[in-house]
Amino acid sequence: MRQVAIYGKGGIGKSTTTQNLTSSLAEMGKEIMVVGCDPKADSTRMLLGGMDQKTVLDTLREEGQDIELDDIMKRGTDFSNIRCVESGGPEPGVGCAGRGIITSINMLEGLGAYTDDLDYVFYDVLGDVVCGGFAMPIREGKAQEIYIVASGELMAMYAANNICKGIKKYAESGGVRLGGIICNSRKVDGELELLEAFAKRLGSQLIHFVPRDNVVQRAEINRKVVIAYEPECEQADEYRSLAKAIDDNELFVIPDPMEQEELESLMMEHGILEL
Amino acid sequence: MSLTPKKITERSGLVVNPVKTCQPIGAMYAALGINKCLPHSHGSQGCCSFHRMHLTRHFRDPVVATTSSFTEGASVFGGRSNLNTSMKNIWKLYNPDVVAINTTCLSETIGDDVGSMIASMDLPEGKTVIHASTPSYVGSHITGYSNMVQAMIKQLAQKDEEASNEKINLIPGFVDPGDMREIKRITKLMGIPFTMLPDTSGVVDSPMTGKYEMYPKGGTTIEEIKDSGNSKATIALGSFASEAGAFELERKCDVKPYVLKTPIGVKATDEFIMQLVKITGQEVPYALEEERGQLVDIMTDTHFHFHGKTVAIFGDPDVVIAMTEFVVSLGMTPKYVVTGTPGKEFKQQVDAILEDAGVEGVKVKNPGDLLELHQWIKNESVDLIIGNSYGKYIAKEEDIPLVRFGFPILDRSVQSYLPIVGYKGAMRLIEKISGALLDRADRDATEEDLELVM
Repeated sequence: MRQVAIYGKGGIGKSTTTQNLTSSLAEMGKEIMVVGCDPKADSTRMLLGGMDQKTVLDTLREEGQDIELDDIMKRGTDFSNIRCVESGGPEPGVGCAGRGIITSINMLEGLGAYTDDLDYVFYDVLGDVVCGGFAMPIREGKAQEIYIVASGELMAMYAANNICKGIKKYAESGGVRLGGIICNSRKVDGELELLEAFAKRLGSQLIHFVPRDNVVQRAEINRKVVIAYEPECEQADEYRSLAKAIDDNELFVIPDPMEQEELESLMMEHGILEL
Repeated sequence: MSLTPKKITERSGLVVNPVKTCQPIGAMYAALGINKCLPHSHGSQGCCSFHRMHLTRHFRDPVVATTSSFTEGASVFGGRSNLNTSMKNIWKLYNPDVVAINTTCLSETIGDDVGSMIASMDLPEGKTVIHASTPSYVGSHITGYSNMVQAMIKQLAQKDEEASNEKINLIPGFVDPGDMREIKRITKLMGIPFTMLPDTSGVVDSPMTGKYEMYPKGGTTIEEIKDSGNSKATIALGSFASEAGAFELERKCDVKPYVLKTPIGVKATDEFIMQLVKITGQEVPYALEEERGQLVDIMTDTHFHFHGKTVAIFGDPDVVIAMTEFVVSLGMTPKYVVTGTPGKEFKQQVDAILEDAGVEGVKVKNPGDLLELHQWIKNESVDLIIGNSYGKYIAKEEDIPLVRFGFPILDRSVQSYLPIVGYKGAMRLIEKISGALLDRADRDATEEDLELVM
């Protein structure tokens, strides 16, 4: 079982990428569990054709009742070999979402969600690794590989670099490694070269460059992943390539994050200023 | 204790045997000084149990408090619904006039906004709820006491135009009810109207009557706390525990604050009484002059018991500062002075006392701990240790007499009923200190050297 965590700046397209990626892996016949680690509980919407399942933390509100795994784990509508779980969490502005993720993952383990027939477990984690709770998926020997979703925008790369600092901390004590950077293109000039150089500088690789295509939005509005909405389109093939690259990946490193100045000069080198 | 290394190594991140405890303990103690008040701990059950137990063991009286009983769910979703349920149960089952909520490390860390939770609650007619933020990873129980006193003033005190009550507010600090009674007795003897807030006398030293009272007679009433905004002045005894409340009252209601030492010993008691004279113009009655004269007589008579004896003092900052001044006035030499409560002012105040008295080479530390104090003593011993029950381990290991003083005292009794403040309190301290020193001299004397007259 490969356990994979997806990190990246808020709004960069982690959930979209994760769902399209996992459905491509599912198409290859893999058994997958997707664990949404976001209090908004929107990490599996396209896989389930909507947001109506009970979250793991909802069960905490109803203490005393017997909770079955089936109550919180739903199989994907288009790909039944994807099991979808949402951690859930508190309302905005109250409680502790970080603690929620810790509790939720512990509960999933307790309920026996991690079965031996799984090929992959994906954790879709919100935003930056802001506190210990959001690092839960990479603690204690859970996720062994991490992919960071980024684009050619400075703030996305800044966030990715910052996440690498967190990974480095856990990598040195545990076994977690960076598997690569996934570019979710924003059509920034020289984006491909920039991200290749960025990934290389971190000691890693740009595992795939996902171009921007409006079909992704259309599929999303229809509560479907691209590969189910328009299986023949080019964008679907891009996700298939990403899935294959991850399935075949053998480059797992402890990242070497940059100082802010180095990051900025890297961006200058790659032409943002010339244009 | 025998394994305590003599060699002292600088520690930056480790405290061994701290000279302090949790903020909520101080907050709970302050809350108990409000009449018919139920302290409520917003956090998990264990916090509340420990705080109640610690206070109960010191005062040997039941200390009641309720808790929001956080579960894992409450720590994820926030404690609002737990607090709402707690309050409903509290009004139904225990029916206090006031609930004083303190937070805990858990509710602070998840960021529960207790103020807004209270604001959106429907309180039954005539009931009051106040709250203080008391994370234990900041400060100590003294900070917690200070925060709760400040909270009760901030949330309750009012200034009514043209309604001056000619009273003096007295904030006693984290001292025993016996001390509060003595401070009140002195003020009464001077004929000065006052409000003591908070006032735990009559609460944690209440008499056995054969009937259990959940809310004993003592404590400052809500009306008195509200009216404290109309007072002439506030005297805060002990800067660490009491000045925040006094300054709050100045900000809110323009009541002039005077921050003094805890009145332990002749000098600090003089200062307290003279401050009362200055504010009110009242004269010092003969009864107090007589007590003072008696104290000075005792100090003169017994001076040779104390002269040149070295002493280590540890405990809470306000009482330790005042105690340092007192032992100096007895002719003793403080050698080590330690508190666990952080705050630069501690060293400044102690150093000022020592400089005045011309005492040099004293180790003063805050925040310090008992391991380091033990190491200092191992390197250079003292004749006496003055501090709380936790000092007994060092005292036994190093065979040094210990005079119990401060909070907590868990292995002796009665101390909370009797004062250490004022002239009477000073007499009591002299009796204790000289008793300890002379018992020791008797124990060590050979049969032929055993003195009858000392």
